[in-house]
Amino acid sequence: MPDLQSFESDAQGLLLRRPLVAGVLAERGDALVVTGLGSATYDAAAAGDDDANFYYWGGMGLTAMTGLGVAIAQPDRRVLVITGDGDMMMGVGSFATIATRAPVNLAILVLDNEQFGETGEQAGLSGGKASLSEMARGAGFENAMTVDGSADPAEMMQLLYETPGPALCVAKVAKGNEERVLPSLDGAYLARRFRENLGYQKP
Amino acid sequence: MGWSEEVLEVLNRNEVGTIATVPDAGLTGVLNLCDAAPDKEVVTLSSEEEGVGLMLGLWLGGRRGAIFMQSSGVGNCINALSVPAATRTPCVMLVTMRGQWGEFNPWQVPMGKATQPVMETMGVHCYSVEDTKDIAPAFNAACGLAFNGGFAAAVLIHQRALGTKVF
Repeated sequence: MPDLQSFESDAQGLLLRRPLVAGVLAERGDALVVTGLGSATYDAAAAGDDDANFYYWGGMGLTAMTGLGVAIAQPDRRVLVITGDGDMMMGVGSFATIATRAPVNLAILVLDNEQFGETGEQAGLSGGKASLSEMARGAGFENAMTVDGSADPAEMMQLLYETPGPALCVAKVAKGNEERVLPSLDGAYLARRFRENLGYQKP
Repeated sequence: MGWSEEVLEVLNRNEVGTIATVPDAGLTGVLNLCDAAPDKEVVTLSSEEEGVGLMLGLWLGGRRGAIFMQSSGVGNCINALSVPAATRTPCVMLVTMRGQWGEFNPWQVPMGKATQPVMETMGVHCYSVEDTKDIAPAFNAACGLAFNGGFAAAVLIHQRALGTKVF
């Protein structure tokens, strides 16, 4: 994405999640992608379904840990977790677990709209005093940043795909819900598809 | 050979490479053996449910793992156990029980009493063992069920097997 000067943002300077996720995934190469329940899953599906995507539909708080598992199992592939601020906040202890294990091939993109979008846009915790990127730094992430509409796309791509992990980018995105684009709800199918794409058959 | 060595053998036989844990006293021996094994890694968790998310990721990527924890940690895993159920992926757990047999600490009793019913309600296949000689065979059976069939399976090591903790 060398010619892109900035990602789309709104009048408040907040990033627009759909074009952001589409832009990030356009550069994925052979990266393996795990998405968090709710809007992050829909954003990734809207960017185009892919056999190398695994979508969470439940299990709130676990997405980053599943990313860690894939990163341990596939050390030669970049692994990108895309999730929301609520899922990451619920699993905030996993920052310490991940930083301690220190997978160099894992990056996390948090789409931070500071609200529980799926349940009625109630205020979340990341819009007040709590900063996910500072919490990650405190847990041992050396590469963690929060960005908004002024973000340099090249810098963000480097963090997500090239910087030795674990790396975290918290992207402040506009509030509100986008149209729901739903991938398969069948978890067994999604898991089997992801494994088969990597050459594993059973069960 | 003690049960910890036997469990390490079962881990080897089933090609389990990653052990995720919030430790317990009764698991010290087998965790130390895993730490020392060149082909194993131990991932320390901040809370047990992280292990359930980790097991899914390992399996998605073609690697096998297991969670070692105390029965109190099972309570932290309840909603997370939806994940192996919904994805029909393996989740192998080795659980040392508290609150079950002459427990001195009343705070351990409610979750100790609830551990197996809660797990079974969430779809986990449980093998409870009261004798250390049965731990490794049960763990092997749990691995077989999980890795071949895509199930969550747990071995619950009864307090009678390891002795009740006292102060």
